[in-house]
Amino acid sequence: MALFNLKINGKTYKADVDGNTPLLWVLRDHLDLVGTKYGCGIAMCGACTVHVNGEATRSCVMPVSALENATITTVEGLSETASHPVQQAWDETDVPQCGYCQAGQMMTAAALLSKNSNPSDKDIEEAMVGNICRCGTYHRIHDAVKLAASKMKK
Amino acid sequence: MSNIQSRRDFLKSTAAAGGGLVLGFSWLTTEAFQPKVLGNTAADAIDFNAYLSISPSGTVTIFSPNPEIGQGIKTAFPIIVAEELDADWEKVKVEQSPLDTKKFERQLTGGSGAIRHSWERLRKAGATARLMLIEAAAKQWNVAASECSANKGFVVHTSGKKLSYGELATAAAQIAPPKDVKLKSTKDFSLIGKSIKGVDNKDILSGKRLFGIDYKREGMLHAMIQRPPAFGLKLKSFDATEAKKMPGVVDVVSFANKVAVVGKTTWEVMQARKAVKIEWEKDKDLESSSDHDRIFKEMLSSSTPTIHRKDGDVEAAFKNAYKVIEAEYQCPFLPHSPMEPMNFFAHYKGDSIEMAGPSQTPEAAQKQVAKMLNLAPEKVSIELTRMGGGFGRRLNTDYAVEAAELSSIIKAPVKVTWSREDDMTGGIYRPAVRYRFKASIDKAGNITGYMLHGASINAGNSTRPDNFPSGAVENVLIQSNDHKSPITTGPWRAPITNFLAYAEQAFLDEVAMAGGKDPIQLRLELLDKAEQKPVGKLTYEPNRFREVIKLAAEKAGWNKKKKGVYQGFSVYFSHASYVAQIAEMAVVKGKPVLKKVYAAVDCGIVINESSARNQIFGAVVDGLGHAMYGNITFKEGAPQQDNFNKYRLIRYNEVPEIEAHFVYNGIEPTGLGEPALPPTGGAIANAIFKSTGKRLYNQPFVEQGATVG
Repeated sequence: MALFNLKINGKTYKADVDGNTPLLWVLRDHLDLVGTKYGCGIAMCGACTVHVNGEATRSCVMPVSALENATITTVEGLSETASHPVQQAWDETDVPQCGYCQAGQMMTAAALLSKNSNPSDKDIEEAMVGNICRCGTYHRIHDAVKLAASKMKK
Repeated sequence: MSNIQSRRDFLKSTAAAGGGLVLGFSWLTTEAFQPKVLGNTAADAIDFNAYLSISPSGTVTIFSPNPEIGQGIKTAFPIIVAEELDADWEKVKVEQSPLDTKKFERQLTGGSGAIRHSWERLRKAGATARLMLIEAAAKQWNVAASECSANKGFVVHTSGKKLSYGELATAAAQIAPPKDVKLKSTKDFSLIGKSIKGVDNKDILSGKRLFGIDYKREGMLHAMIQRPPAFGLKLKSFDATEAKKMPGVVDVVSFANKVAVVGKTTWEVMQARKAVKIEWEKDKDLESSSDHDRIFKEMLSSSTPTIHRKDGDVEAAFKNAYKVIEAEYQCPFLPHSPMEPMNFFAHYKGDSIEMAGPSQTPEAAQKQVAKMLNLAPEKVSIELTRMGGGFGRRLNTDYAVEAAELSSIIKAPVKVTWSREDDMTGGIYRPAVRYRFKASIDKAGNITGYMLHGASINAGNSTRPDNFPSGAVENVLIQSNDHKSPITTGPWRAPITNFLAYAEQAFLDEVAMAGGKDPIQLRLELLDKAEQKPVGKLTYEPNRFREVIKLAAEKAGWNKKKKGVYQGFSVYFSHASYVAQIAEMAVVKGKPVLKKVYAAVDCGIVINESSARNQIFGAVVDGLGHAMYGNITFKEGAPQQDNFNKYRLIRYNEVPEIEAHFVYNGIEPTGLGEPALPPTGGAIANAIFKSTGKRLYNQPFVEQGATVG
């Protein structure tokens, strides 16, 4: 066990954990940030996606020991009130069915839009292909990414 | 004359003058409508019945009793109540009701049945409160109630005076609930039929603690459980010496052929579980997929199948046929793969137990836990959390009962979490089935005989004997055999019909082709026959079938597309709703590419159009994905796929364009969680046939070389 200082959503958190512990479980079990979801544990479904230094990252396979100086953003860091343009777009498009995967979907989309404010359909596809939605809300996810892009331009 | 008992006909006969419905009903005797049945959630909220309370500030709290799994029920139910209440939706707050089936009866998510069950109850709950509010205002103004009306959270008098629901709530709650309630005419609906966003959207999208897996209690321990790695094995012995030394581990215990590792965090118990040395031994047959292939063939040549429906004489029809068409279709086991793996919280306290988690059948879980722990059911409380999908998996209570048992052993609050591997290999699969079809046609291509033989593994009756085309064909035989296997199975979204519909709809395409008939024409002719001269029992309404078929054909431009577009048709009636679909393929560089799926849906009145569309799109994607890719295989009882690297779920880039259309017929609403899934596989397979000439018989399609883009 070791004490790690983690910069998450603009705050510094301390976690006393084994360095191999994936960020996902540190967030969920130690820091009470449960918006980041466990889906597969092997970086195949994208439910656990967060931003590490602005990059969409699968937190289920990211050991906490690698993150001491990193800037981490979770879905709670987009906004606590669903007011981030991506969250707004997801709400207005009424994307969720069960909703479990949507934090990961939005984090992937937010990372894309922060680098590419006018993504083509191909760009969106390349970004979103790693995130599974078992309810099959892919069409609305597509519409919501487009809407978020237009909101962020304003 | 059709011998079908139509709900609509019943309602028509009771419809009152003025367009609304006056129903004499005995619902006041049910607990849901006795006043003051719920504890007040807000200090000043006033209960009108189990479904709603109003606070003096004007907030209307609507309690939604059914478990939310992603089908949108937590939004749909309150819309119905608010409609009849004439509430201002902006002032409505929705709360999940606690488990109480005395009040709510059917607190269950399954069979697309919630709306059908509760439609009237919910309307009455809202309408009753509306009448009480109007009565209270009339008294206060000293005018006749007939001079007052309700509008968006206010009672308004013809003179223009108005009082808000908040102002009236206290007085209104003192008024005896009226016995006869006039419900709104459907043409006066202002909320029902609109697109209303999910009530939990903002909490979901900002990562709030909503799901079972997020549940937390002070002092709660975490557990992961090692279950037998193959169906047919049982626990022989285990050694937890090393595991117990690992960080965070509190205890390792064994029960019911399982070994549970209990500790402080999920990750720690996940790691420690790997260090437990376990020996398993054979208990039952260890079946492989190759055994199942053999067993299917044996069952299909059985001389003693169970007969479910017999009209006329199929053997004679086959003998006298102009042509006989035969085919067999097979599907594999499927896991449900909800994105949120199984989990449950339990805290055993000796004379009671508190539980929380995602369950489609909380009442069943409550009863089973009570039985296991020898407690009265009311001593088992279950908090209903939002569910990260379920697709039928959470109709089973194994994971809740297991958590209760573990808590009773360790005498501590504990949350059991399943890993994805546990979830995928833990059983309760969609049963594997093989169907044999045989049909005879006359010279004109009309079906004269129809035989379906289902062979299944732990499915019970794998047929739906009264489904179309039963009732439209003179000679019908529907029969099945079932093999009892150690591999555990259960309902999977649109149970049985999730594959049977594909097989039937693909087979009917073959029959149409053999008889030189257009597939849609064949169905329409059969429906005419079912309507004019039904054979035996008829469980569907031919006119509703016909409407969705015509709507799909019109929207997709059936047979009117330019060269290079290949269309496949399918239509199915399940869970009381009718859905027709047309899939369109193109051939790109020699390979079929699925371009578009049109869905025409009759679910009666559409409650929430946004949510209804979302369900249809999702069901088409689900039906496509699992028909294309889903497959669990076995080797000596052990599932060979355990995570999404080996088990393929459909992804963002693999979905076609989808168009959904409704038959807006004003008929009482039915469910939509399942009915749009069954037709999808058939529409796609029939389109693939048109584009390539290759008929697909077995799922997953990808293993037969099929592509969709």
